[in-house]
This record gives sequence, structure tokens and C-alpha cells, in this order.
Amino acid sequence: MSIPALPVLPPRAARPAESPMFDVQRVRDDFPILRQKVRGKPLVYLDNAATSQKPRAVLDALQHYYAADNANVHRGVHLLSERATQDYEGARAKIRDFLNAADDREIVFVRGATEAINLVAQTYGRKNIREGDEVLITAMEHHSNIVPWQMLCEEKGAVLRVAPINDDGELLLDEFEKLLTPRTRIVSVVHVSNSLGTVNPVKRIVEMAHARGVPVLVDGAQSAPHLPINVRELGCDFFTFSGHKLFGPTGVGVLYGREALLEAMPPYQGGGDMIRTVSFEKTTYNGLPYKFEAGTPHIAGGIGLGAAVDYLQALDWEAVAAHEHDLLTYATAALSEVPGLRLIGTAREKAAVVSFVLEGVHPHDIGTILDQEGVAIRTGHHCTQPLMDRFGVPATARASFAFYNTREEIDALVRGIHKVREVFA
Amino acid sequence: MTGDLRELYNDMILEHAKSPRNYRALGEGSLHRDGHNPLCGDRVTVYVQLDGDVVKDVAFQGNGCAVSKASASIMTQALKGKTRAEAEELYTLFHDLLTGKLDPEADEERLGKLAAFKDVGKFPVRVKCATLAWHTLHAALHDEKKPVSTE
Repeated sequence: MSIPALPVLPPRAARPAESPMFDVQRVRDDFPILRQKVRGKPLVYLDNAATSQKPRAVLDALQHYYAADNANVHRGVHLLSERATQDYEGARAKIRDFLNAADDREIVFVRGATEAINLVAQTYGRKNIREGDEVLITAMEHHSNIVPWQMLCEEKGAVLRVAPINDDGELLLDEFEKLLTPRTRIVSVVHVSNSLGTVNPVKRIVEMAHARGVPVLVDGAQSAPHLPINVRELGCDFFTFSGHKLFGPTGVGVLYGREALLEAMPPYQGGGDMIRTVSFEKTTYNGLPYKFEAGTPHIAGGIGLGAAVDYLQALDWEAVAAHEHDLLTYATAALSEVPGLRLIGTAREKAAVVSFVLEGVHPHDIGTILDQEGVAIRTGHHCTQPLMDRFGVPATARASFAFYNTREEIDALVRGIHKVREVFA
Repeated sequence: MTGDLRELYNDMILEHAKSPRNYRALGEGSLHRDGHNPLCGDRVTVYVQLDGDVVKDVAFQGNGCAVSKASASIMTQALKGKTRAEAEELYTLFHDLLTGKLDPEADEERLGKLAAFKDVGKFPVRVKCATLAWHTLHAALHDEKKPVSTE
């Protein structure tokens, strides 16, 4: 599949700081969905932390697979199966490269970050965690990094420990370190908070945990779309992300695991593809990563995710990072000027996410009024109810940006918020 | 405000959202139930004081959007002095209004202030906001033990 050539951007130092040289219109043209009006207004899509939009390259890859190559993988002797297998395994290699993992065997396709965490809890966790043991997470976890561990702890009589955060939404590293005890069996921590935008110092966290022999899972659902990921540099033992937040299809995601750990883990689900031999007396399991991929996988999804990774790899990531940082700075400044608006999540290290509450107005009402203006944001608890409790709010409004967003769209958001204030004046 | 928004956020709804009526707890001997909308985190507690078969007092407390607060507030006004059977009738009427099974103009008299919610159905994701208090009331009157959820 051919990937459209993208302009090579000059190095960051050559650009004036106030106007990063990122050709946002050029990337917007790659996303057909953005060219529409909703409720009579141009679509302003600021809900990227919920799911991101898909570039044409991903749509084309999905279409091509179903139109030309559709066949089951890993078993057919015919040509279509060979092509499907090649593209599906090719996608795995692209993802290995994207994460800088050591081997394709360390890349397990799953349904999404949620399934990846459940997989680790149900295999590594069930094997290694016993009564009285501890699992350590943070106060800013998504429900998907709370509930699987709670279920495991309940089953095993283990204890879920939660590292606290400060009022800016930053992890208290000293407190975190104190919670690493001789009973801690695994640390599972979010890389970038979906509700607050906080970027956690995961490399430091990994060092602290590894010093005590504790493995670390990093939930990268929100980091992989915004930060360059290098699992070997981070040193983490597991890394998870969802395809649909990474400009790829829904229903597919990735679990990266260090080979030695994956080897030692029991299988997750049983079925086809994950076995080597089956008899009614005994089954022997397939090697990595297939041991964890029972049943026909989401072949199109994997191939589409590979196309998304290709698309991202062709972007100038320094320029992307500068552009997203500009959006965050611009939005933070603009929103801070709105009377009665309070930002929730003001960490020093932040991804391009702004969560806020408006005095006297419930976030749900903000969302409905903004929608009438064509501005799509998320309102609610963002699957982080304990975090909402921590900040004493039932919900927030959240605008989350991607590299295809613009300052003009943030202006539309702010105009919409002023409209909300008029309605509730 | 655009036409559509004005239909949802009409004066009646905005006014009740800002100054909800009967926003308090009722004491001993009252029925009460908690309702929860997991989608947006809205929570409401509805209290009903019955005198025989008649709703002597009704009140609510909770945290929610303008639509859910206004709905709870107007509900408490509509219910006071009604019999259980009449309250049930209003519950059905309100439900029918929001699900488009009712002509709000033909039923204007029966609806009274509830007519303020006649356009909420045009905002499908907001229907649950309007019905949360009513579902919770329904459970309180039926003494259903399990907490009410809109999901």
C-alpha cells in the first residue's frame, strides 16, 4: 500500500517559536471526516481522547483488505490467505518498530487497551499474585486500569494500593515509592491521564519498581497517539494501547510484553490459532505471540492499524509535538480568561487535553450547547470516577486535541463556552 | 440562542434549574430512593411522604445538569396532593411525552408545567436526564429495593 509522501519540515530551531511550521491544512486534507458540517456549522472535533479520526490511508487499507485480500490468516495454503497473513504480520512488524520493541513475538494483538490490561491481570496476575499481595496503581487511572485489578484482588484476597496525586493532578512520587512494599507484585500506571492530560514520569516509576524487582505495566492508550514511544528506553514490562485512539480502526489494540514474561505466562483464552497440538487428553500451546491470540483475529483491524502507524511514522514528530504543545498553551490561555471557568488538571507535564468546569453549569449542558455550535467535546466522568471524587466534581467538560486541530477550532470552542454562559446567565 | 437550544433550555427549565423547588430531604417515615445516571454521573435522591394514598410531600436532592434538576423540581410541584394512582398516571404521561407518543398540544392541560420538556426528545442523549427523577420516584412509590439506574 502506498503512503502519501508528506512534506519534510525544517528542523525546529529554524522555525519561529510563535508559529510552528506544521502544515496543519495538509494533514487535515488526509482526514475526510473533518470536511463536514454538523448542525450547519463546520465540524470542530475536540474529542480525540475518546477516539481519534482516521486518515484516508487507514480507510484505504481496510477497503483494500476486504476488497482484494480477505482470507483467514496463518492457515490457508491459498494465495489470498498468504496475502492476508503477510499484511497482518507486516502490521505487527510495523508496530514492533513503532514501539521499538525487540521482537515481533512481543507484540500481541488484542481488542484494545482494556483487553490488554485484562489479559495481563488474568494471566500474569492470576499466576503470580496471592493472598496478601499488593497491586499498585495511581489515583488517575481509567476504570480499565482499576477494575481488572480489583477483580483479581477480590479473587486472590490481594490488596489494591493507590498512589495519591496533588491538586494539579501530578503523581506524588515520594508517596508512590512508599507504597512499593515487599508485597507489591505489579505496578500498573497510566502514561498520560485521559481526564487531566498529566504525563506521568513512567521511566522514573519503572526504575523505582525495578529496584524492588516489581514489573510495571504502562497504559499507553493516551500517550501512544501523542508521544514517541520507546518501550526499551522506558524499560517497562508491559505497554498497552488502543488502535482507535491512534488514528486506526476500532476493535484492535496492542499488548507489548517483554518476551521472558510473556513466555512464562499461561494463555489467556483457549481456541484456534493459540495451540500447537490438541487431543482430548492434552493440548500444547503455540509460541508467542499466538499463544495469546485465540480465534480468528481482527485481521482488517490489524492491517488498518499498521497503516495508521505508517502514516504517523511519516509525520515530522518534532513538528507534531510543537503544534500540539501550541494548541495546549493557546487553549489553556484562552480558557483561563473565561470568567467562572476552572481547569481541572494543571500538571507541568501535560498532553494536549484540557478538562474544565464552569461555575453554575453542569458539564452535560456545556456539551449540548457546544454541539449545537458544531464543537464536539466529551463531558462526564471520562471513566475516571475516583479521580472526579478526588477533585470534588461529578464530571468535567474535556477538549482533547490531535495534530489536525487548529487554533481557529479553539477559538470556536471558546466562543461556544461564552454562549453557554449567556444561556445560563 | 438558536431555535433548537431555546427549545431545550426554555425559560421554565432554566428557571427551575437555577432555583429548584423542594430541594431538601424529608425525614423519618418518608419513602426515598437514589437514582443514578452513569453516563453523566447525575445523582438524585427522591423523597415521598405519603398520607394514606395521597402524596403529602415530595422533595429531592442531588447533583445534575440543568435538565435533570429542572425535571426533578417540576416533578415535585406536579405531584404534591396527588394520589398514588394519579402520580403513576403522570409518570406514564411524562414518559410518553419524551418518547414522542404524545401530542403535547392536545394534552396541554394534563401536562401543565411538564410541557416544558416537550422538546427534550429532539436531544436523544438528554432524555435520560429528564426521566431520572421520574424513574426514581416510580421506584420509591413501588418500594423497589434496588437503586435506580438509567442504564
